[in-house]
Amino acid sequence: MDTNIVISGVDKTFPTPHGAVVALQDIHLEIKKGEFVCLLGPSGCGKSTLLNAVAGFSLPTQGVIKVNGQAVTQPGPDRGMVFQEYALFPWMTVAQNVGFGLEIKGLAKADVRNRVNALLKLLKLFEFGERFPRDLSGGMRQRVAIARILALDSPILLMDEPFGALDALTRRSLQDELLRIWSELGKTVLFVTHSIEESIFLADRIVVMTYRPGTIKRDIRVTLPRPRDSASPEFNALKRELSELVSSEQARHEDAERRALTTD
Amino acid sequence: MTEGSQRFKGVLLILGILALWEGVGLLGWVNAKVLPPPHAVAIKWWEYLAPQQPYDAESDSRLSWLLSGELIQDAMGSLYRVLAGFVVGTLLALPIGLMMGASRQIYQLCNPLLQILRPIPPIAYIPLSILWFGLGNPPAIFLIAIGAFFPVLMNTIAGVRAVDGIFLRAARNLGASQTTIFMRVILPASTPYILTGMRIGIGTAFIVVIVAEMIAVNNGLGFRILEAREYFWSDKIIAGMLSIGLIGLAIDQAMSLLNNHLLRWHRGLEH
Repeated sequence: MDTNIVISGVDKTFPTPHGAVVALQDIHLEIKKGEFVCLLGPSGCGKSTLLNAVAGFSLPTQGVIKVNGQAVTQPGPDRGMVFQEYALFPWMTVAQNVGFGLEIKGLAKADVRNRVNALLKLLKLFEFGERFPRDLSGGMRQRVAIARILALDSPILLMDEPFGALDALTRRSLQDELLRIWSELGKTVLFVTHSIEESIFLADRIVVMTYRPGTIKRDIRVTLPRPRDSASPEFNALKRELSELVSSEQARHEDAERRALTTD
Repeated sequence: MTEGSQRFKGVLLILGILALWEGVGLLGWVNAKVLPPPHAVAIKWWEYLAPQQPYDAESDSRLSWLLSGELIQDAMGSLYRVLAGFVVGTLLALPIGLMMGASRQIYQLCNPLLQILRPIPPIAYIPLSILWFGLGNPPAIFLIAIGAFFPVLMNTIAGVRAVDGIFLRAARNLGASQTTIFMRVILPASTPYILTGMRIGIGTAFIVVIVAEMIAVNNGLGFRILEAREYFWSDKIIAGMLSIGLIGLAIDQAMSLLNNHLLRWHRGLEH
């Protein structure tokens, strides 16, 4: 398999009134084509910053990110992004949202319609094409956002806590659906989450990040066969191991917040 | 409390005030020259509304005869000025507002000038408008355009600036060009603000038209009220004022229908 995303020596610092914050420090990561990788860590560990850098929204201060051998300099439809807040355009219908990327590509109207219909079917949204996003539940909105990205046929999916705002049952069913789509379409997925269970359920590899400066603490390969059973002893052993790694970072995060509050 | 009975109470309030008004006239508490009773206003209104010449099937069509009453002619004159001035003001304010909202440099360039001009009420331009455009419709339209310009401009700027950055990121991620982002994302995302500005703008236009007609033209509702004052026709003054109120209400309702149609996707400001 070819390497799809290569992150080498990436630093990212943000200037703030209280001095520079080092969000990412010396990140090296290689992701193969078709791999499902989760970035796991407490808030403030820079996992979203790293995802935004790969997406091209906010470029690294140091280092290079290459996608298929090309250095990332700007956002593009080859790296489809799914946001936690859905980011659907509320003034467009569901079908228009899903077709927008194809329209931008310059596809003929009939082709856009066919492709949109196929995607709406794939995501069980067919009867909602003419609705506006406001009529849809959170889970359905996120399906639309996923359909919108799949329309682009991007080989890479970047997902920023996409199921973080959903209730547990909806979250679970969308996780199943994402795995089905991933295995059918052979996408490379880079998925940000702070849920340990979600990362074990989904990923081929879990990259645990440290709290400020954001570095890679551990890179764990998950070999459990799919579909994964969250009640199995192997699942739980891994969960315990990850919990220890994450909770020490979470403690540092809480310490830092407490210190920031008391010095104010 | 159902909506129907609430509305019924609103109608009752109006009827109650009319009865009180009629009553103080009947009891002789106020001079009918100063405050004519509602029935006198209604009669005057009808005279004002009705065609002045008897219908003549030979020379004109029934429709143009029906519309030949003084009130209709005045209302159409005022509406024409409102719409012309509003369109001019809006067409100037929209592109400037969009550019100022989208570009920091343009904002910083234009903002000081606009902040100085904005507090000047359109009415203060009356002497200049007559000097520049003479009498008739042009100075009136100029004043109305100024009145409509600033509300539309300020709201457009605010609307563009309030566009949620996540929409821009999502659009860039889909490969949208700057032009596409502008036309398909920034413009629709700021429509709620722009329409609010237009609604305020047309309200201002309606205020300004009445004043403008008092100085520069010889028809229109504003002109007619002033003329009626010269003759001490207080019933006609009130009839004219109520006409202004009803037309203003109709315009606002029309704007609100347009709003609801264009913003059928919109519910509060959530994404």
